[in-house]
Amino acid sequence: MDVKYYLRERFFPHLWCAGCGHGIVLNALIRAVDSLAIKKKDMVMVSGIGCSSRISGYVDFHSLHTLHGRALAFATGVKLSKPSLNVIVPMGDGDALAIGGNHFIHAARRNINITALVMNNRTYGMTGGQFSPLSGVGTKATTAPYMNIDREFDTVELASAAGATFVARTTVYHVKQLQSMLKKAIKHDGFSVLEVLTQCPTYFGRKNRKGSAVDMMNNYRDTTVPIGSDKKKENPELIERGIFVDKNLPEYCQAYADLVERASA
Amino acid sequence: MAKKITFVQGNEACALGAMYAGLDFYAGYPITPSTEIAETLAVTMPAAGKKFIQMEDEISSMCAIIGASLTGNKVLTATSGPGFSLMQEALGYAVMAEIPCVVVNVQRGGPSTGNPTHVSQGDVNQARWGTHGDHSIVALSASNHQDVFRMTVEAFNIAEIYRTPVILLFDEVIGHMREKLIVPEEGEIPLVARLRTSLKEGVNYHPYLPREDGRLPMSDFGDVHRFNVTGLYHDMWGFPTDKPELVQDLLRHQINKIENNVHKMTFYKSYFLEDARTVLISYGSAARSALSVVKQRRNRGESIGLLELNTIWPFPAELVRECTQHADLVAVVEMNVGQLTQSVRLAVGDQQEVHLINRVDGQMIIDKDIKKILRILQGRGI
Amino acid sequence: MAKKKKLKKHVINREWCKGCGICVAVCPKNVLELDKKDKAVAARKQDCIACQLCEQICPDLAITVMVKYVEESASGDK
Repeated sequence: MDVKYYLRERFFPHLWCAGCGHGIVLNALIRAVDSLAIKKKDMVMVSGIGCSSRISGYVDFHSLHTLHGRALAFATGVKLSKPSLNVIVPMGDGDALAIGGNHFIHAARRNINITALVMNNRTYGMTGGQFSPLSGVGTKATTAPYMNIDREFDTVELASAAGATFVARTTVYHVKQLQSMLKKAIKHDGFSVLEVLTQCPTYFGRKNRKGSAVDMMNNYRDTTVPIGSDKKKENPELIERGIFVDKNLPEYCQAYADLVERASA
Repeated sequence: MAKKITFVQGNEACALGAMYAGLDFYAGYPITPSTEIAETLAVTMPAAGKKFIQMEDEISSMCAIIGASLTGNKVLTATSGPGFSLMQEALGYAVMAEIPCVVVNVQRGGPSTGNPTHVSQGDVNQARWGTHGDHSIVALSASNHQDVFRMTVEAFNIAEIYRTPVILLFDEVIGHMREKLIVPEEGEIPLVARLRTSLKEGVNYHPYLPREDGRLPMSDFGDVHRFNVTGLYHDMWGFPTDKPELVQDLLRHQINKIENNVHKMTFYKSYFLEDARTVLISYGSAARSALSVVKQRRNRGESIGLLELNTIWPFPAELVRECTQHADLVAVVEMNVGQLTQSVRLAVGDQQEVHLINRVDGQMIIDKDIKKILRILQGRGI
Repeated sequence: MAKKKKLKKHVINREWCKGCGICVAVCPKNVLELDKKDKAVAARKQDCIACQLCEQICPDLAITVMVKYVEESASGDK
């Protein structure tokens, strides 16, 4: 496949730091869209603010770069007004779950057919490395110099509890799994959440002595396991990868179409 | 065909006007005293195959209508003070990204939760400067239901012509009061459809390159032209830029498209202004009381008149100057501490002293209130 | 007869490569390395098995592994 067919080449090299995992997400996303054979004109990327949100400007789809935390709200308007479009919303951890937390749970509750990517690098990269709601207790950040005391969300549990009908997690180390989950998430008829652990070597890595981008990726290899792995029973600290929720419930745009039929009867 | 005569709330008149204008998509969150707009549309929109969604808050409501506008729809949200505050960031986004949309603010007392079920006109300057950064904005008002309907339709028209958000600045009295509305027949008020590019697939389309007449043809998300929309300063393709000349050009364009066309979007009513020595200026429900005073005084032979502004922003300074230049006394009647009075003062400059006749206790200003202050201003004692 | 994927050539976009070294680390055959300017180069092409992992994991989208499909011979290539 020709990756460049999907790229807005004049903006490359992209603005992400060397070794940033976000580029791997972009790489995998393009391959997923290509293998699903979705036309570019049927794709809409809606993003918020932050390093992650810049992904929408690099792809040759309809792209809507919005406000911090509000991407899912804009996306809801796009999708409900034109349900034939495929809407993907890439978000950072702060974008999705701090300032955008309310929109996140409500989009999940409605089960509107949008693909939400939570690109979790455990920090606010664009503003220089402050702690996010996914940083976790004991991490360091420019705004947590004495170590973070804020507990973190579990994105998977949060999305599941909020009613998302497809919930999965993987990392940028596991690119094949990333591609396959992206495909499944896009194809899923309902609100899908894919959490991707993606390294920020510049801020999170440096502040927390996680080494180089390669070290951080190897860390994803070593600290994550497939769902149900025996290793997890021995070591509860390990993070599970895989599809946690995949169910069919009435999708919002379809439910609305049914409502219109009732109302006009 | 006989005209349809209804007896409705102002909020219902607004909803009816929006449907007449071709409303496709509504997103909102309940808030007094605007809720009846949503309640009316929740009934009528699905029945007409249009999209209605109740969002999780006013922030998301404003964002959702912007998203829906980009797929080619006429969009609306309605709220009141606190909700309007929450919408400010996204309102600025609509200014920057030049997204047609209409926002109703049925004003109540503020700041904060204030006086939810009582009237105020305290959001006049928030409508003008509520979102951050240099920008221009359009805000319309009305004092009766016929005008509520008409201004709602005009709001959609202006939004489409200038690719801008338009605010409908109503107030609690107008929103909740019931009176007669004669629903205009189809075609009676002209409607402006979205201007879409005629460029074919493969031809370079510039979503942010104004035509010679200043208008910017749009292309719907889902159509053949793929472009970027951002709240950052951007080039003619919609991609972020910080080049000083492009930044300045964009800012100027966004301001000039409004400020250079003030006359084209100024709606007003003048009552007995030809020979008026005393000129009252008012808008919204306050203008009903002002008109009542003017009529009473005219009956007694006083040369008094009223300029009722339906367009609040961009401020029709020239019109105000013309209407006041031969006056001995100019007074603005409004239910706030003088928000529009400031603009009137700026407009007339040293030529006139401009007085404020107001009430800010949550009660509608009535003819007696105005007459009391007028007597003092005219040197006729209490 | 089954077809086998074989390397035609590595195309590395030196302008896009930021030299993070991820491709070097993930290559199962140690084909890639960073040159003096910290740009990825295919230093041991002959070892490449055309798995394209480097292409798919490159965060800069700077690597294309061009492949050809050849008839798999009974004796194998090596």
